[in-house]
Amino acid sequence: MTHAGSQPLISAQAIEKFYDTPDGGRIQVIAPLDLTVQEGEIVALLGPSGSGKSTLLRMLSGLSKPSAGKVYWSGNPENPGNLAIVFQSFALFPWLTVQENVEAPLEARAIPPSDREERSLAALETVGLAGYEGAYPKELSGGMKQRVGFARALVVEPEVLFMDEPFSALDVLTAENLRTQVIELWGDKKLPTRAIFIVTHNIEEAVLLADRIIVLGKNPGRIRTDFHVTLPQPRDRKEPAFERYVDYIYKVLTQPALDPAQFEPSADGKPARRKQQMLPHALPGGIAGLLEILFDDEAQTVDIYRLADDLALELDDILPTLEAAQLLGFVLVSEGDVTITELGKQFADGGITEKQEIFGLAAVDHVNLLNQITRALNAKKNHSVREEFFRDMLDEYFSSEEIDRQMDTAINWGRYAGLFEYDADERKFYLPEPDEPEAEPAAKAEAE
Amino acid sequence: MIRLNMLARSFSGKRTWPLGVDAAIFGVVFAILWGITGLAKYWWGAATPEVQISRSPWALPGYAFYSVIRLFGAYFLSLVFAIGYGYLAAHRPRLERILIALLDILQSIPVLSFLPGVMLAMISLVPGHQLGVELGSILLIFTGQVWNMAFSFYSSLKSIPKELKEASKVYGFSPWQRFIQLELPYGVIGLLWNSMVSVAGGWFFLMACEMFVLGKRDFRLPGLGSYLQVAAGNGDIPAMCWGIATMVLVIVLIDQLLWRPLIDWSNRFKFEQVESADANSSFLLPLLRKSKLMTYPDKLTTFAGERLTRHFARQHWAPRAEVPVTRWTGLLLTIAALCAAAWGVVAGVHLLSGVSGKDWLTTITSAGATFLRVNISLLIATLWTVPAGVAIGFNPRLARIAQPMAQIAASVPATALFPIILVVLIQAGGGLNVASILLMLLGTQWYILFNVIAGAIAIPSELREVAKVYQFNRTLRWKVVILPGIFPYLVTGLITASGGAWNASIVAEYFHLKGKVFTAFGLGAQISAASDAGRFDLLLLSTVIMAAMVVCINRFVWRPMYRLAGTKYRLDA
Repeated sequence: MTHAGSQPLISAQAIEKFYDTPDGGRIQVIAPLDLTVQEGEIVALLGPSGSGKSTLLRMLSGLSKPSAGKVYWSGNPENPGNLAIVFQSFALFPWLTVQENVEAPLEARAIPPSDREERSLAALETVGLAGYEGAYPKELSGGMKQRVGFARALVVEPEVLFMDEPFSALDVLTAENLRTQVIELWGDKKLPTRAIFIVTHNIEEAVLLADRIIVLGKNPGRIRTDFHVTLPQPRDRKEPAFERYVDYIYKVLTQPALDPAQFEPSADGKPARRKQQMLPHALPGGIAGLLEILFDDEAQTVDIYRLADDLALELDDILPTLEAAQLLGFVLVSEGDVTITELGKQFADGGITEKQEIFGLAAVDHVNLLNQITRALNAKKNHSVREEFFRDMLDEYFSSEEIDRQMDTAINWGRYAGLFEYDADERKFYLPEPDEPEAEPAAKAEAE
Repeated sequence: MIRLNMLARSFSGKRTWPLGVDAAIFGVVFAILWGITGLAKYWWGAATPEVQISRSPWALPGYAFYSVIRLFGAYFLSLVFAIGYGYLAAHRPRLERILIALLDILQSIPVLSFLPGVMLAMISLVPGHQLGVELGSILLIFTGQVWNMAFSFYSSLKSIPKELKEASKVYGFSPWQRFIQLELPYGVIGLLWNSMVSVAGGWFFLMACEMFVLGKRDFRLPGLGSYLQVAAGNGDIPAMCWGIATMVLVIVLIDQLLWRPLIDWSNRFKFEQVESADANSSFLLPLLRKSKLMTYPDKLTTFAGERLTRHFARQHWAPRAEVPVTRWTGLLLTIAALCAAAWGVVAGVHLLSGVSGKDWLTTITSAGATFLRVNISLLIATLWTVPAGVAIGFNPRLARIAQPMAQIAASVPATALFPIILVVLIQAGGGLNVASILLMLLGTQWYILFNVIAGAIAIPSELREVAKVYQFNRTLRWKVVILPGIFPYLVTGLITASGGAWNASIVAEYFHLKGKVFTAFGLGAQISAASDAGRFDLLLLSTVIMAAMVVCINRFVWRPMYRLAGTKYRLDA
C-alpha cells in the first residue's frame, strides 16, 4: 500500500453493470471501466440520458453493487465509509423538521442529542438556513429544500460528497445562486468534505464547477473522455477559454455515435452483434419546429449551443430532436454546428400533407424499426401485426423500459407520417385503409 | 357571544383551560384502569361460554364496553400482525410472492370458516378460564380485520420513492431507524384508512363473533352483538332498537374521539412537497395538544425512541461476522412449512373424501346461487349509486347535505339492521332467498356510492364544460365524460363491494329470528350451517369453493379492470 497522500479516495477497477435476460442474453448498461476520485478535486460526470450516469454514481457510492469489478474506498473494498449524496429530488423526509432531517444521519451514528443539535445547527448555518430548524420541508421553497439536503450531507463530514443533478429541479436563478455558494464554500475550505463528485447534464455547470470532467457515451455506458479543467475559480462564462471547454464537450456529445470501440467483441468472448439502431426520443412536431427555426434563420448553419440558448432549453432537451433530424437526413451536424439540408428545407417549407409525405419517405429510408414495421404489414395478408412481434425483435438489444420508449417513438413517428395505424387497446399495427391519402408514402416506400 | 367568550378567557388566565383538559384526561385514565381491573376479574374467572344475556337496556353500557374491548383487542393484534407481515413481504423477495398470494386467499375466506379451528384451539390453550373463549372471539374478529391492513402496509412499503430509500442507506440508517423514520411514517395514512374500514368490518361481524353454535356447544359472550341477536331471537323490537341506538352511539363516539383526531394527526405524514390547505375536522386534537399532561407520554416516547435508535445504530455499525446459522434456520423453516402444508393438503383431501356426491352437488349449485345473488346485489347497487353519486358529486350544495347523511347511514353495521328488515320482509311475503340480496346490498352499496361521489368530484370541470359548450346530449355526456371519468373509482368501489358481498353472504343467507332459523339456498348458508352443526368436512369444502371463486373473480375480472382503470382511464396522466 502506498502512503496516504497518494491513495485515491475512491478507486473503481473494471466495474461494469449488466442485467441477464431470461433467454440467456445480457443487457450491458455500463461497460467495464476504471475510475478514481482523488482528494481535493471536484469531478463532474456528463453524458447523454441513458449513458448510465446515475448508475455509475450509485456504484461509486456503494448504493448498488457492480455486476463485476470492485470499488475501493480509501483502499477498503468492503465498507464505503462516510459518504453523502445530495439528491435531485432532495429526498427529505416530509414528516421530520429541517433539524430532524439534518440530524437523522447523526442519529444513525449513535451520536447523543446535544452533539447532534450542535452539529446540525452549525451545518444549517453553513448553508444559510439558520433560524429554519423548526420548519417542515413542505414550508420551504425548492432552493431552501436543497440547502437542507446539503446540510444533511455536510453534517456527516463525508469523505466524498456525491451530487446527483442537485440543481436541475430548481429554477435557473436559484440554481445559479446555490452553485456559486457551493464553489465559494469549497474555495474557502468551509465544506467538510475531501472531494466532490457531481453528476449533471448541464455542460456549463460542469465547466463552472469541476476540476476534472468525465464524459460518458451510451450503449453501453463507457468513458469517452476524461480531462482536467485548468481555469482558476471563479470562472467566467464569457471567457474564451471557458467557451473552448464548452465547445469541446459539445463536440464530444454531438459526434455521431458510431465509434470503432462499439464493434469490438464483448468481454466474455461472445461474437459482437450488429447493433440495433436506437431511435432518439423526439416528437415529429418537435423535429418540424426545429427545422422551421433553422429554415427561417438567415445563416442556416447554427451553433447548437446558441440554438439551445435561443430556445431557452437545456441541451438534453434539444439533443434528441437534433439527433432525430440528423437521422432522417434533414440536417447535418458537425463540430457543434448544425446545417439544414435540401430535404430539410423542403420539409420545413411544405404544407401538412407534404410534410407527412417527406417524413414518411425519410423514415422508411433511414429508420430500421419503421422500415421493418411497414414491411411486415405489407407482407401480411390481413395487413395487421401484433406489437409483441417487434418488441421481441428489440428484446435482445434494449432494456424493457427502453423498448417501451423505442416503441412509443416509432408509433409516434409512424402515425405522424401515416405509415400505419396503431390500436393501443389491442396493441396491434394496421395498414391504413387504401382509400385514405395517408397510405401513399408507405406504398411508395415499399415500391423502392 | 364571541365577545363574551373572549372576555371569559381574558379573566380566566392562561392555565385554566388546559387544566380542565388535564382533569378530563386524568378522569379518562382512571376510568380505563377501573375497566381493566373489572375485565381482568371477568377474564380470569371460570369459563362460562353461555352467559345469560339480559335484554334490559341498563345492561347495554356494560355490553358495549365488552364489545369495544374485544374489537380493539382484535384491532391491536391486526395492527401488529399487519405491520409484521407487510414488512416481511416487502423485505424478503423470496417470500414476497408466496406471502402475497397467501394474503389473496386468506382475504377471501369468510370469518365463520375460521370459527371452529380458532375457537377450539383457544379454549384448549387457556382451559378453565373465560379468557380462552374471549381470545377465541377476539381472534375471530381479527381474521376479519387484518388482511386489508397487511396489504396496505405492504404496498406502502413498495411505493416508497427510490431516492428516500437511497438516502436512508447512504446515511447508514439501521433497519430500526429506517422503519421509524421512513417506512412507518410513509405507511401511516394507508394503515389508518384501512384501520377504519377494518373496524367497521369488525362491527359488521360482531354478532356472528359473539354468539354462535359450534356442534353441540352454545357460545354466548356478553356484548352488544349477543344482545342484538338475543333480542332478534325473541322478536323483541324495543330491545333491538335500544341495541342499535347504543351501537350507533358507540360508533359515532369512536369516530369523534379516535378516528378524527388520528386523521388530523396523520396529515403530517402526507407525502407532499407543497403544503396544502387542509381544514382540521377534529375538535379533540387541538385540545389534547394544549394539555400539559399529554407532554409526559410525549417525553417518554422521545426518551425511549432515542435509546432504541442509538442502541440499534451502535449494533448496525459494529463489525460483525457473517452468520451462516440464519441460512440454515431459513432452510429448516422452509422445509417445516412445506411439510406442514403437505400434511394439511393430505388431511384436507382425506376429510373431503368423506363428502357424499350429493353434498358436492349441493355445494356447487349453492355456490352458483350465491354468485348470482352477489352479482344481482352489485348490479342493483350500481344502478342506483351511479346516478345518485354523480348527481351528488356534481352538485356541491347537494353534496353538503347528502354526504354526512350517507356517512351516518353507512356507519350503522348492516347486520344490526338485518333483524328489523327481516321481520318486515317476511311479513311482506318474500323469503330469505330474496331478502338476503337486500341484506348484501345494505352492507356493500356504500362502498360504491362513496367512490362514485369521489370520482364525480374528481372529473375536471373543463371536461364538463367541453360537454356543455359542444352541446353533448345526455347519452353522449355519460358515454364520453361521466362514465370514463368515474371508471377508476367505480372499479375500486365494486372490488370492495364484491369482496364484502361474498363475505356478507354467510350472515345474510342464514339467520336466527324468533327462535327459528331462516336460510336461503346458497354457499354462505352452507358455511354457516356446517359451522353450526360441526360438519367440518362440509365447512372445508364450501370454504375452499368460496375462496377459489373469490380469488378467480379477483384475478380474472377485477384485476384487469383495475389495470385498465390505472392506464387508459387515468385522468392525471
